[in-house]
Amino acid sequence: MSNQLRPALVLLIALTALTGLAYPLAMTGIAGAIFPAKAAGSLIERDGKVVGSSLIGQSFTSDRYFQGRPSATSAADPADATKTVPEPYNAANSSGSNFGPSSAALAERVKADLAARQAENPGKSVPVDLVTTSGSGLDPDVSPEAALFQVPRVAKARNLSEDQVRILVDSQVQDRLLGLLGEPRVNVLALNLALDNLGSK
Amino acid sequence: MTINGWIQIALFCAVVLALARPLGGYMTRVFTGERTFLSPVLAPVERGLYRVAGINAAQEQHWLAYAQSMLAFHVLGFLALYALLRLQAVLPLNPDGQSAVAPDLAFNTATSFVTNTNWQSYGGETTMSYLTQMLGLTHQNFLSAATGIALAVALVRGFSRASAYTVGSFWVDLTRTTLYVLLPLCMALTLFYVWQGIPQTLGGAVEVTTLEGAKQTLAVGPVASQVAIKMLGTNGGGFFNVNAAHPFENPTALSNFVQIVSIFAIGAAMTNVFGRMVGDERQGWAILSAMGVLFLAGTALVYWAESAGSPVLNAFGLTGGNMEGKEVRFGILASALFAAVTTAASCGAVNAMHDSFTALGGMIPMINMQLGEIIVGGVGAGLYGILVFVIVTIFVAGLMVGRSPEYLGKKIEGREVKMAMLAILCLPLMMLGFTALATVVAAGLAGPANAGPHGFSEILYAFTSAAANNGSAFGGLTANTAFYNTTLGLGMLFGRFFVIVPALAIAGSLAAKKTVPASAGTFPTHGGLFIGLLVGVILIVGGLTFFPALALGPIVEHLAGGLGQTFAAGG
Repeated sequence: MSNQLRPALVLLIALTALTGLAYPLAMTGIAGAIFPAKAAGSLIERDGKVVGSSLIGQSFTSDRYFQGRPSATSAADPADATKTVPEPYNAANSSGSNFGPSSAALAERVKADLAARQAENPGKSVPVDLVTTSGSGLDPDVSPEAALFQVPRVAKARNLSEDQVRILVDSQVQDRLLGLLGEPRVNVLALNLALDNLGSK
Repeated sequence: MTINGWIQIALFCAVVLALARPLGGYMTRVFTGERTFLSPVLAPVERGLYRVAGINAAQEQHWLAYAQSMLAFHVLGFLALYALLRLQAVLPLNPDGQSAVAPDLAFNTATSFVTNTNWQSYGGETTMSYLTQMLGLTHQNFLSAATGIALAVALVRGFSRASAYTVGSFWVDLTRTTLYVLLPLCMALTLFYVWQGIPQTLGGAVEVTTLEGAKQTLAVGPVASQVAIKMLGTNGGGFFNVNAAHPFENPTALSNFVQIVSIFAIGAAMTNVFGRMVGDERQGWAILSAMGVLFLAGTALVYWAESAGSPVLNAFGLTGGNMEGKEVRFGILASALFAAVTTAASCGAVNAMHDSFTALGGMIPMINMQLGEIIVGGVGAGLYGILVFVIVTIFVAGLMVGRSPEYLGKKIEGREVKMAMLAILCLPLMMLGFTALATVVAAGLAGPANAGPHGFSEILYAFTSAAANNGSAFGGLTANTAFYNTTLGLGMLFGRFFVIVPALAIAGSLAAKKTVPASAGTFPTHGGLFIGLLVGVILIVGGLTFFPALALGPIVEHLAGGLGQTFAAGG
C-alpha cells in the first residue's frame, strides 16, 4: 500500500489546486471580464441604487404592485435564534415548502390563498401559480395569466385604465425560447419597474 | 401534457444521441492514450504530474492494485475534505462568515462528495464558505466523477482484452479524464452559464433595497464553475439549498436544457466508448437502447402524473398541473423531465422540489434510483452498473437455452455472476435495511416533515438516494441530525464501494480469460431480443425487490389522494 501513497498524495494536491483553485479562480476572472454584470448577479439599479436582481423574485404586498408567487422561505426568528419565522423571498436562504401532495397543511394554505385571490377578482378562475409556492421560494416570474389576473387590482390602485395596464403586461411577456423551450412568463420585478415608469410619465 | 412538451422531450433525446458518438470517439482516444487536439497544451502538464507523483504512465495495474490506488486516493480525499469543513471558519475566502461544520455533518458531507453522491444535509448558502465550495466541493465533483469514469474504463478493458493480467492504471485514467475530458468541457460550460446569468464572483452577499423598501440579501458566489461540473460529472450538489431550482443556479429555459443534456452527455457517450473499445459499436448502441426504453417510460409517467396534478388541489378547481414546488420558467414539462434525468443518471440536482411532486410523479425518481441508476447513470457508474445487469441477463439467457453463457467472446462463469449479484444486492440491502431501521427508532421517526405515507416516502427516498449515490431528496426530511447524517453516510459508502470493488473484480477476471470466437450458437447481444431481455431482467429484479416498500409509500398515497384524503402532521 505504501507505493500507492506518493501518487495518491501528489495527485490529490495537484488536482485539488487545479480543479479547486485554478479553475474557479480563472473562470471568475474570465467571466468577470466578459460578462461583468451577469457574473455579479444581474443587479438592477434605479436612481443609482441597487433595487434587486433581475433573476431573483421580491416580496410584493402592496396593491399597487403586481405580486409574485407565494414563497416558502424563512429566516431565523429575531426573538429566538433556534426557531425560524416565514420570510418570503429570503434570497439568503432558498427553500421550497416540501409539502407532499396529500399534506393537510398544503390543502389548507391553498384554500386560504384561493379565497383571498378570488375576493380580489371575483368570477375569474385563479391561475395555479398564484397559489402554489415555487421550488426556490425566489421565483422571479409568474405566468402571463397570473399577471393578467392582477390587472384590475393594480389599475384601480394606481388610477390607471385596465387597458393601459394590460398593454404593459403584454409587452413584458417573454415567450418560450424559439417558441419551444421553457414556458411563457412575466418577470414580476421588471413589470413593476415598468409600471413605476408608466406612473411617473 | 402538450405537443410542445413531447417535442421538448424529443429534442432532448435527439441532442443526447447526437453527442454520444463524437464525444465517445474523443473519450476513447483519451482512454487509450492516443493524441487528441488538446495534447499540445495538456500533454506537458500530464507528464509533469506523473513525474512529480512518481507514476510510470506505461505501467498498468492488476485489478487489485487498481482498487487499492482508488481506495487510497479516496481515503486521503475524504480526510482532506473533512479537515477543510471543520476548519473553514479560520481559513480565507469566507466573506459571509460561515462557522465550522459540525462533526456529523462534516462526515456526512465529506462522504457524500467523495462518493459522487452530493447528498446535502445542509443549505449551501447558509453553511459553506467560498473556499469550501471551491477547494472542497468543486474539486471533489471533478475527482469523484473522474473516478467513476476510470472504473468503467477498467471494466471495459476487462471485456476487450484477452488473457491479460492488467486492467489499466488508475492514476493515468484519473489524470487523463480530469485533464482531457472534464476540465475543458467545464470551462466552456461555465462561460455559457455566466452568459445565461449564473453568478461567478468572489464578492460576498449583496444587500439590496426592494421596490417596496424592504431589505433583501442576495447570496451569490463562484456558482457557475461549480454548476458546470456538478451537472457534467453527475454529482448534483447545489451551490444553494434548492439546487437548480434557484434562479442563480438555473436562470433560463436554455440553461436548464443544457444542464439536463450535460447530465446525460458523458454517461451516454460511455456506451459508445464501450462499443468502440470492444470493437463493435452496435454493442454500445444496444445498451443505450435498453437505457432509452426505461428512460422514456419513466419520463412519460412523471410527465403524465405532474400534468394531471394532485387530486387534493384539483378538487379546489385548480387546473394546469401540479405547480407546488416548481418554477414558472420551467413549468410542468421541464421539471418532470429534469426529475427523470437527474435520477436516471446519478446526478441528484433538482430544478423542482421532488417532495412536492404527486405521489406517482415522485415514485418514478425513486424507481429510477432503485433500479441501480443504470438508465444512462452516473458518469462511468451507469456503464459499470448496467454491465453488471448484462452479466446477469446473459446468465439467465444461458440458463434458458442450456448453453454456457458468453458475452463478447468471454465465458460468463460462476465468479462473474457471484460478483454481479453482490453488486446488485448491496443496494436494496442499504436502501431497505436503513429505511426499516429509521421507521422503528425515535431518531428516525423524528425526520419526516409530512405525515402519513408521504412521511414514509421521505425516509425511503433518502436512503434510496444515498445508497444509489444520487443525492436528490424529498427535502422535507430533517436530515441534518446525528442519526441521519451517520446512517446516510454509511449508505453512501457501501452503495459506492460495494458496487465498485465487485465491478473491478469482474474486470480482472474477464481480462484474464481467453476470447472464444463467435459461433452459430452464440446469442447476439446487439439486437432487439437482447435489449428486451435486458430491460426485462432489470425491471423484474428491481420490481420484485422494491414493490412492497413502494406500496407502503407512494402507491398508498396515490390511492388515498384519489379519495381526497389528506394527512395532518402531528395528528
